[in-house]
Amino acid sequence: MKNTLRLSTPTDREVVIARVFDAPRRLVWDAMCMPELLKRWLPGPPGWSMVLCEQDWRVGGAFRYAGRGPDGTEMAMHGVYREVVPPERVVRVESFVFGGQARGEQLATMVLAEQGGRTTLTLTVLFPSKEARDASLAAGMEHGLAEGYDRLDQVFASSARA
Amino acid sequence: MKASDRLDATFAALADPTRRAILARLTNGQLSVSGLCKPFAMSQPAVSKHLRVLERAGLISRGRDAQRRPRRLVGQPLAEATGWLEGYRRFWEGGFRRLDALLDEMKTQQKKGGAPRARRKPR
Repeated sequence: MKNTLRLSTPTDREVVIARVFDAPRRLVWDAMCMPELLKRWLPGPPGWSMVLCEQDWRVGGAFRYAGRGPDGTEMAMHGVYREVVPPERVVRVESFVFGGQARGEQLATMVLAEQGGRTTLTLTVLFPSKEARDASLAAGMEHGLAEGYDRLDQVFASSARA
Repeated sequence: MKASDRLDATFAALADPTRRAILARLTNGQLSVSGLCKPFAMSQPAVSKHLRVLERAGLISRGRDAQRRPRRLVGQPLAEATGWLEGYRRFWEGGFRRLDALLDEMKTQQKKGGAPRARRKPR
């Protein structure tokens, strides 16, 4: 059975992602904690590669990811862990740097809940403002655009019918 | 503006690769016109023309700073055009499918008593 991602915006400043994985949460936790494993699945824009992945999963510990695009543009994300409760909960402050330009900070809370050998991951990202959240969602949309226009085609088709 | 007119304006504005590149740059925060011009091999008036199209489509707005008049992204029309959150969903879903595969591998390795190997898959 295919596990689907649930996405919601409970408030103007939040985005919540929830997804079930067919694995115990210890494994999901390890896949997040160990840089060599994280690198294998962490999403990024098409054509980008991860060039740096460091994380110190302790309260007050820092993390730093950096990626490079096909045109040489660098994108980085860094921050500090606020809460680390293995293998169930981690809270961290994150900030993006794109082409040398820093974006505002966001607070990310990840919770792993295990039931019957399956794990539900819930990621809540709290942005400083609605505008910051919408800009971040629009950035995701740009990656969606780069992947292909099929969704836009659907919208186009439905708006043509309207 | 009617919803269908607004969608028309959004799609017309998105039809141009330079305008999509401008929007992509603005997803990282507001920028002045000269800041926006930098990566493009075109004159400031040419970039300004694209900015006017984006502004008329409601995709960008001008900041409060009267000197620099920085442009910033307005997320709502893009979200309406693509369905709220759709691109964001895809972005994560791609990663989570890779995580599914990795977890399967980790489960197998665990049964064998070994540790999973690191391997880089191209995106």
